Amino acid sequence: MTTPEPLAEVRDLHVRFVGRENTVHAVNGVSFTVNPGKVLCILGESGSGKSVTLRALMRLLPVQAKIEGTVRAAGRDVLALRGKALRDLRGGEVSMIFQEPMTALDPVYTIGQQIGETVRRHTGCDRAKAWARALELLELVRIPSAERRLDAYPHELSGGLRQRAMIAMALSCDPRLLLADEPTTALDATVQIQVLILLRKIQRELGMGMIFVTHDLGVAAEIADTVAVMYAGRIVESGPVGRILAAPLHPYTAGLLASTVHGQPRDRDIDAIPGSPPDMRRLPRGCAFAPRCSRRREGCLATVPPEHYPEPGRMAACIAIEKHAEDTLLVHG
Amino acid sequence: MTRYILQRILYAIPIAFGVSVVCFSLVYLAPGDPLQTILPPDATAETIEIVKKAYGFDKPLPIQFAIWLSKVVTGDFGMSIATRRPVFDEIVMAVGNTGMLVVFAIPLAFSIGFSMGLLAGCFPGKVVDRSVTGIAVFGVSLPNYWLAIVMVIVFAVELSWLPATGMGPKGSDAFSVWRWSDARFLVLPVITLSMIPIGIIARTTRAAIAETRNQDFVQTLRAKGLGEMAVIRHVVKNALPGVLAVMGLQFGYLLGGSILVETVFTWPGSGFLLSKAIVNRDVPVLQGTILVLAVAFVTINLVVDLLQSLIDPRIRRG
Repeated sequence: MTTPEPLAEVRDLHVRFVGRENTVHAVNGVSFTVNPGKVLCILGESGSGKSVTLRALMRLLPVQAKIEGTVRAAGRDVLALRGKALRDLRGGEVSMIFQEPMTALDPVYTIGQQIGETVRRHTGCDRAKAWARALELLELVRIPSAERRLDAYPHELSGGLRQRAMIAMALSCDPRLLLADEPTTALDATVQIQVLILLRKIQRELGMGMIFVTHDLGVAAEIADTVAVMYAGRIVESGPVGRILAAPLHPYTAGLLASTVHGQPRDRDIDAIPGSPPDMRRLPRGCAFAPRCSRRREGCLATVPPEHYPEPGRMAACIAIEKHAEDTLLVHG
Repeated sequence: MTRYILQRILYAIPIAFGVSVVCFSLVYLAPGDPLQTILPPDATAETIEIVKKAYGFDKPLPIQFAIWLSKVVTGDFGMSIATRRPVFDEIVMAVGNTGMLVVFAIPLAFSIGFSMGLLAGCFPGKVVDRSVTGIAVFGVSLPNYWLAIVMVIVFAVELSWLPATGMGPKGSDAFSVWRWSDARFLVLPVITLSMIPIGIIARTTRAAIAETRNQDFVQTLRAKGLGEMAVIRHVVKNALPGVLAVMGLQFGYLLGGSILVETVFTWPGSGFLLSKAIVNRDVPVLQGTILVLAVAFVTINLVVDLLQSLIDPRIRRG
């Protein structure tokens, strides 16, 4: 390998939510790496385990969650960190942007107080310095009349400005890894693009690694270097964004691509994937997607499909892949 | 902010006026004639007329109200029918005596109730939560006159640690909280009075804290790397407005004095005064006391409103 150490490395991650009556298997053996300065997009529908995977990188999960596997972020073994060491990592080297900026910010503190608090927590500087840093950050995320916004409460800002303030807060201690949990989903379409462009620009300028969780293929195409598609707590396909969007190998990825409005003839119905995602309390034994799959064959439900690597940097977990992969790659490759 | 404060104060004025109308008319709507208690049963119609005139009862109600209100604003609540002392003096003494209990009961109830609720709210479902909830339900459900009697039996009669009733040998006028020989009379009534507010505040705080802890922004605080103490500080500030509202109500209730508790401890406070006035049909005392307490209630709520808006900026927009 050319890179000495990846910024984030997840190996065989399992997350279970153990309840009194049943256990939800949210993440079932996820592995990926993110190198410095790169953006990984985790793509999937609600309940696929993408947000849980993201939170596991900071151990931001409730106590009922049982986490197994290896999680390394910014050179630390995240699952072994305790107490202050874990809190130093959170918001210091790894920070997170949440989906809903209205509820993710504390409503009774001003933007300046909330950013300043993060700065002081990690740098130990005084109030005046933290305030100056907060102003600098608001200017970095292009909030107009930044000085005045420092004294604003979250409810006094628009959705787009709130999300920018959230991004400013996440950037306050120059994190090496930025985790973004659907940061544009709750915003208006026009604001979405602005925030997305801002995020990509800042990510490149600061050379951060980023893991971006979304269910929106268009967003993934815009921002990702590599894409990992999740279904029922597993990564079913991963690889460089261009290759995956151009030639999806896994039937689920293909289904996702077919079910978007982009590039469809006007008079044709959008191809929706039939059926619904599986019950995460009782996962089928074999491929979780098999019940909805158009290419289902006999062995699909027998075992979890093994990972195939049809070309360098690409993975797809489907037993129908070998034949299909050859065809697809011949055409596009 | 200044505008909001002025606005709230202006709102309080019509409320206070409305309260005074209700106070005044309540007494007339209630059955019974106040003159019966002062007049001998065989009084002639002539005497009744004279007494009626002396007290102003012969004029139409709105006029009576206007006269009463114009005097009340200057602090003249009239004379007590039963004791023939100025109502104002009676109220000052009674509210002062109850106030003495409240001054101790409020900090006790607020601090214990809030700490219990905070602890329970931070560990929902755990043993500490269940015990706090248990104690709170116990505190709220205990009839406080029963508790008062039990306290007297245990601490005054059996153990002889504390006096049972009253305000000491010198009575209300010479009472000083700085002398232990006087202050020990406070202990049992204060504890009894605190029980219900402790339970109510503990439960309110627990609910507010537990609910706030489940809000999204708490996860953001953890993601920022804040420690548990800093997180709790944020949670408390968010939960406080709701708790303050309940605290204000409890403060108001306590100031009104508990008729039952003050009767058991023969504490000459506002509850005691009210019950005496009701029994004697002492209309001026009744009107005056209810009005003073109601205005105090409105004032407390006003202060709570202002405190809430200081804590939560979203309230100011209303």
